[in-house]
Amino acid sequence: MSVLVFIETENGLLKKNFSQIASYGVALSKKLGVKCIAIAFNTDDCEKLSEFGITEFTVFNSGHKFFDCLNYVNIICNFLLENHCKILVTSSSADSKYIGPLIANKWDGHYAPNVVEIPSTDKNFVVKQSCYTNKAFSYTEIYKERIVIGVSNNSFMPVKEKSDCKVKFENLKDRIKTIEVLSVDKFTGRKTIADADIVVSGGRGLKGPENWYLIEDLAEVLGAATACSKPISDMGWRTHDEHVGQTGKPVSSKLYIAIGISGAIQHVAGIAKSKVKVVINNDPEAPFFKSADFGIVGDAFDVVPKLIQKLNEFKSSS
Amino acid sequence: MCYNIKCFIKFEKIYVVKVLVCINSVPDTTSKINFTDNKEYDSTNIQFVINPNDEFGLTRAIWLKEKQNATVDVINVGQSQSDKLLKKCLAIGADNAYRVNIEAINGEMVADEIINFIKSKNHYDLIIAGRESIDYNGGMVAGFIASKLNFPFVTNCVGLKIENNIAYLTREIDGGRENIKCNLPIVVGSQKGLVEESDLKIPNMRGIMLASKKEIKVLGPSKYVSSSKIIRFEKPSEKKEIKMISPDNLDELIDILQNKVKVI
Repeated sequence: MSVLVFIETENGLLKKNFSQIASYGVALSKKLGVKCIAIAFNTDDCEKLSEFGITEFTVFNSGHKFFDCLNYVNIICNFLLENHCKILVTSSSADSKYIGPLIANKWDGHYAPNVVEIPSTDKNFVVKQSCYTNKAFSYTEIYKERIVIGVSNNSFMPVKEKSDCKVKFENLKDRIKTIEVLSVDKFTGRKTIADADIVVSGGRGLKGPENWYLIEDLAEVLGAATACSKPISDMGWRTHDEHVGQTGKPVSSKLYIAIGISGAIQHVAGIAKSKVKVVINNDPEAPFFKSADFGIVGDAFDVVPKLIQKLNEFKSSS
Repeated sequence: MCYNIKCFIKFEKIYVVKVLVCINSVPDTTSKINFTDNKEYDSTNIQFVINPNDEFGLTRAIWLKEKQNATVDVINVGQSQSDKLLKKCLAIGADNAYRVNIEAINGEMVADEIINFIKSKNHYDLIIAGRESIDYNGGMVAGFIASKLNFPFVTNCVGLKIENNIAYLTREIDGGRENIKCNLPIVVGSQKGLVEESDLKIPNMRGIMLASKKEIKVLGPSKYVSSSKIIRFEKPSEKKEIKMISPDNLDELIDILQNKVKVI
């Protein structure tokens, strides 16, 4: 019996969240007294996993550069069966949430997404999950033997632990081509909300799309991703992929800076998992101040350029 | 002349795509979330709406009906409170509405009930469900239906066109978009972007009148045995006080972010 960790890759490299997912798997495997092994596709970036306690790492070469949903599902299901795994650990990325339910069903397991802690295993297996878009948590008792866990982003910090990691390479035979990915358009040159440690977000207080240089410039000094509130994407000032909130993207960054966003309940829920929230708004009554850690009452057109200048000075002095 | 008529008849026989949209009833996005004794969701004074991700899918399905003659059925797993949402679906253009009469307890159960319905009913070419519900955020209904029917599945779908029984889809991925081609039948997980917020339909009087004449077909549930149970809920701990910083003292903010909370 063992815990299997699904490590995601991009352009041949492990995705940034690999250490969190691997550490979660290792911590859970220790609790269950079993070993923790890992699986990935299309990479030779194999050294890093030995720093996080993984003992076996199998890499499948799918012969196909794009995310290949049905083939990945088949390979992972077979691998789970062959290795008598009880638990599969995945992340909360778009790809993990895509294959998670498919694997759970095919493998006859339970799918538990948005898990925020190591499960308790005292009597039954109980997972704590965020629900109602971070407005609450639920504790769910699971009666199935096999479980697919989706670990919520940034809810489990990586733990360094040296291990002797055996790496094995396999090739995929007989690829199914039911779903054919024709092409991928990547937003190049900018950080994505899913990966960024810092997110800078703008709302209606910025008055128009022509003023977005404030958000972009601040994001650039901080190495941050840019985001926006719902009305901004509805009005077409920014594209949908920047909309954060209940019907948009969730944010779980280390730092979230909201500029000119009043803080509607849907928006606040969507960013609730961010560690530190800074709100800049000229209206002291803006509801966002109630849920932020640090607040500045001031005009964005005045505060943001000053902040950019100070950050530049701070960067060049450090 | 004869030949022309034959041609015409052939043209008329273009295949009609049959669409099923799965509709979940969820608390309105502005709702504050409360629980009674941390055991049950407290729905006092809560307005229930069509799950936004389902509604984006439904709106696209109605578009397929208007432009390409598709038929659109909707299904809900839930109790009679859902009927007003199903009436809304009918009023904006759905052809038939079905409801499996049982309280929805989790995504797997909802998927099971919908699969039973599909198997007992006709074949569908396109099954749409929101990429996740905004209440439990489970995101498993569409995936489970696809997996159990052995249909291909594309979720986080922000683009969907159908030409000659082939679906052309766009999937939103972290940091980009993926363009996909897939033969029907297919299951799609819908989300914002599949249609714009401004495309969402508000029922007009004619639609409401037509819907009032249509019946919601209520079906009996199957014997589902759940593999999990929510034992309790918990609300996040109360936020501590916000610290206000003067706009003239941005050095303080930078100092805090760098040295105290260590995020830059």
